[in-house]
Amino acid sequence: MSTVKLAVVSAGLSVPSSTRLLADRIAEATARELRDAGREVDVTVIELRDLAREIADNLVTGFPGPGLRRALAAVTDADGIVAVTPIFSASYSGLFKSFVDVIDKDALTGRPVLIAATGGTARHSLALEHAMRPLFAHLRAVVAPTAVYAASEDWGSAGSADGALAGRIARAAGELAELMAGRPAAARTEEAVIPFAQQLAALRTG
Amino acid sequence: MQFGIFSVGDVTTDPTTGRTPTEHERIKAMVAIALKAEEVGLDVFATGEHHNPPFVPSSPTTMLGYIAARTERLILSTSTTLITTNDPVKIAEDFAMLQHLAEGRVDVMMGRGNTGPVYPWFGQDIRQGIPLAIENYALLHQLWREENVDWQGRFRTPLQSFTSTPRPLDDTPPFVWHGSIRSPEIAEQAAYYGDGFFANNIFWPKEHFQKLINLYRERYAHYGHGTPEQAMVGLGGQVFMRKNSQDAVREFRPYFDNAPVYGHGPSLEEFTEQTPLTVGSPQEVVEKTLAFRESFGDYQRQLFLMDHAGLPLKTVLEQLDLLGEEVVPVLRKEFAKGRPAEVPDGPTHAARVAARAESLEEAK
Repeated sequence: MSTVKLAVVSAGLSVPSSTRLLADRIAEATARELRDAGREVDVTVIELRDLAREIADNLVTGFPGPGLRRALAAVTDADGIVAVTPIFSASYSGLFKSFVDVIDKDALTGRPVLIAATGGTARHSLALEHAMRPLFAHLRAVVAPTAVYAASEDWGSAGSADGALAGRIARAAGELAELMAGRPAAARTEEAVIPFAQQLAALRTG
Repeated sequence: MQFGIFSVGDVTTDPTTGRTPTEHERIKAMVAIALKAEEVGLDVFATGEHHNPPFVPSSPTTMLGYIAARTERLILSTSTTLITTNDPVKIAEDFAMLQHLAEGRVDVMMGRGNTGPVYPWFGQDIRQGIPLAIENYALLHQLWREENVDWQGRFRTPLQSFTSTPRPLDDTPPFVWHGSIRSPEIAEQAAYYGDGFFANNIFWPKEHFQKLINLYRERYAHYGHGTPEQAMVGLGGQVFMRKNSQDAVREFRPYFDNAPVYGHGPSLEEFTEQTPLTVGSPQEVVEKTLAFRESFGDYQRQLFLMDHAGLPLKTVLEQLDLLGEEVVPVLRKEFAKGRPAEVPDGPTHAARVAARAESLEEAK
């Protein structure tokens, strides 16, 4: 069985961060599902905090530095993506959005994505539905139906809250694994050249 | 191989003095820089085309015509001429006229421009950028090669029995480069016509341009114009030099840090490592430029960006002295070494006239 690649993007800012913690748990759950289905899994974690300056530089210069270039390649070559951001001011963080802004606009077309977020209170959980989901819909990614939100209280050890989070992680991971398994092996499509005569002809008939 | 300079024509405040030149000063400075290019033995001066402040060169053939009258050897070119928003009929006329006045020392680089509002200002739609470049150039190409043109397209009013005047000098149209930063369609267009392809090669890492140039070379051969190695490639570059490397870095840093295009982003050190920008001694410039050949193959024209980001005229002229005295003579010698005989030289009017005569002779 061929190896599938899972890219995990974490936009947490503190070290250690609960965003990264959530990202790791989702990644583990997804990898487990895939392995149970007989697939080898290669997980790459991208910490946006480490790339903060390179992301800002890319916005200014129009091209990625070496570290960011590697991160972008990992994301755009992946068979599936786990994207986790803290919720700031009712939406994804600025750093997370800036990273998405430097991804080529067509690079994630058709790509399975699991969206997740962290926040201080559960009252911000719908930011996943009104901000994250439309963002990836714009990129024409295939977003798993279950989005995972973890508020501070979800990390409490007391039974039900943690259980609920674990349940959401398991359901979302299962959905992502299924989407990834159903996706045909990523064909490395070379940039197709449209022959010039065809470009000219398109103008004449257009 | 040809060496020269290309100017964006920006009016930028000198960050070390806070002084902003007037448009008049900047225009005269561009002319002084072009004259200096000839004086120090460079082959080419190219000007950009812009239609908004803080840029002055809205009328390239006017400026190049004036420079033509005051020079004798320098090839006058553009970087770039907006094939999307200029009327191709006017481009055909303007550059043919310039060719006659300059005794053939003219070529032209087509580009789509990078300023969105220029499209609506000139009545065009930016979403049609590539189709405009393709259709307008197809007409321009025909106007320079056929006397009576009947033509109908999507973007311009039709022509019936139209003759673009004056006819190109010696019935030989100016050589055309197609410049592009990211579009394989333009590399394909250049290859189709057997024209040159120019990669601006500044600001972005070389891997990006390698892909475009390789595509162009491959398609050039596909269309039967020669081998991939015979395709006509031009490259940009950007340098700042002083005899001592540290002096160059110290002097250029404030201009770099505040440069309109990349300022306030990566450090000078990061940028020089990641892009073709060289800030250092003439020797370092020679080494970095020679490495372009490793990345892109033997090529025909190297243009340097020397006068931007608010550098004062006096500094730019000193830079040109260094370029002409210590860099280009070494580059000419080194690039000639191991250059296969079948790789063509940079395009000149005389060579194109001779090639045309030869192909007419063969046809007989």
